[in-house]
Amino acid sequence: MTEKIKDIFMKISDVIIENKKYLTELDSAIGDGDHGINMSRGFKKVKEKLSSNDYEKNSDLVKTVAMTLISTVGGAAGPLYGTAFLNVSKVIPEAEFDIDAAIEIGESAINGIQKRGKAEQGEKTMLDAIMPAVESLRESKEKNLELKDALEECKKAAEEGMKATIPMQATKGRASYLGERSKGHQDPGATSSYLIIKTIVDEINK
Amino acid sequence: MKKKLVNNPDHVVVEMVEGIVMERPEKIEKLDDFNVVVRKDAPLEKVALVSGGGSGHEPSHAGYVGEGMLDAAVAGDVFTSPTPDAVFEAIKAVDGGQGVLLIVKNYTGDIMNFEMAADMAEAEGIEVDHVVVNDDVAVEDSLYTTGRRGVAGTVFVHKIAGAKAAAGGKLSEVKSAAEKVIANVRTKGMALYPCRVPSADESTFKLEEDEMELGIGIHGEPGTERTKVKKADEVVDDLLGSVLSDISFKNGDEVALMVNGMGGTPLMELYIANRRAHQILEDKGIKVYKNFVGEFMTSLEMAGMSITLLKLDKELKELLDAPTDINLMK
Repeated sequence: MTEKIKDIFMKISDVIIENKKYLTELDSAIGDGDHGINMSRGFKKVKEKLSSNDYEKNSDLVKTVAMTLISTVGGAAGPLYGTAFLNVSKVIPEAEFDIDAAIEIGESAINGIQKRGKAEQGEKTMLDAIMPAVESLRESKEKNLELKDALEECKKAAEEGMKATIPMQATKGRASYLGERSKGHQDPGATSSYLIIKTIVDEINK
Repeated sequence: MKKKLVNNPDHVVVEMVEGIVMERPEKIEKLDDFNVVVRKDAPLEKVALVSGGGSGHEPSHAGYVGEGMLDAAVAGDVFTSPTPDAVFEAIKAVDGGQGVLLIVKNYTGDIMNFEMAADMAEAEGIEVDHVVVNDDVAVEDSLYTTGRRGVAGTVFVHKIAGAKAAAGGKLSEVKSAAEKVIANVRTKGMALYPCRVPSADESTFKLEEDEMELGIGIHGEPGTERTKVKKADEVVDDLLGSVLSDISFKNGDEVALMVNGMGGTPLMELYIANRRAHQILEDKGIKVYKNFVGEFMTSLEMAGMSITLLKLDKELKELLDAPTDINLMK
């Protein structure tokens, strides 16, 4: 299963690098225009690290991703994604993956981001993509959906959450300086979070 | 503004840091593998001061590493907070057993990265504390924002906390001195032309030929008002007016006045602004105890300036006058 996890992170890295310009454009509108640059620098390094090492345990692999992001991304995204993945490394299963594991992974990521960023849902941040995604997993579990379908729902919820940031007014991070003027723009952090969730789902379900 | 004097946009920070230490090789050095500038004689038997942040604000912060000011400065990528491992290396390099004070500008990323570094240092038994500088009056300080940004007033925190540490102050005393500056320093900036991050294709914001932005941040964050270009005196009236209405001044108060260029402003224009600032302060009966005009906290090639006032008392005056080998702050 470690190979599979490695493939997922290699794919996430490609997607983030491909979207460098898009994320930077979104950030220029309401932030300081470096989200794509910073994220793609970090994930380039993740790719380098993962392709030059072998990992026996998923937890070690995810921890490497976390530490690499913490030491290369900078800005707010580095500590936020780094702490999220560091938390994920503590709960990621080594064997079978099921919906309970998916929920636990999602919740641990949210806890990490909230610990660092002290944000709540609705403040125009990455949490606005991640929290609805994890909430949808919990609902799918209630409905006894198949894992594959639950993940598709999760991806949809992340996308809707990302789009829902457009009318929001930012109260955290650099976008908050804009006040009312932050409305009408999609949040770059929510966008990178959606891209990560989408890639994970597409890789697992392919 | 597509042209830049760089070799490779990915290498601007490391090449700059190497150049900075080459200018004062007897005083400062770069840590291997990190964009960290430290005093060559560190660690010393005193409280150590570490600051830093995104690059692009030179001479902040590496230009203030020296006697009577900072012990180390951590340079992040352009306009991007440095990472916790780099800050941690800086802390370890300068800790002389008396504790380390981190001087952080109020940005979400800087605070997170410096806090993570402080956690790492404390886990190794190093005593670390931090202060957050938030002098930009252009931002409404409320529960609904991240709070005011740290801008040019940070340089006064470096100077005064640095002097307190050099005089043998304990960590808590150095922190108190820094907090006294933070409580009494206010800044507002403006821009005529934007800047461009070397690795980006476009400017970080756009201004029409006949427009300027009042209350701009040092990363081009939008300010309070976008207006037609005004005369220098009118611009100073606005900036200094906001600063003066944010903190109570009375006849006879003494201040340090800093007129700071954003990177692309001729000194001629800064002096024109400085002249007006003196006129306004004189009218109000406020005495300029010390005046700084030049580039202290820049924003790449942004054209514009900021005006900072630090309200002084006896202690702050003494610390401001204390010796340093940093020419800009003598």
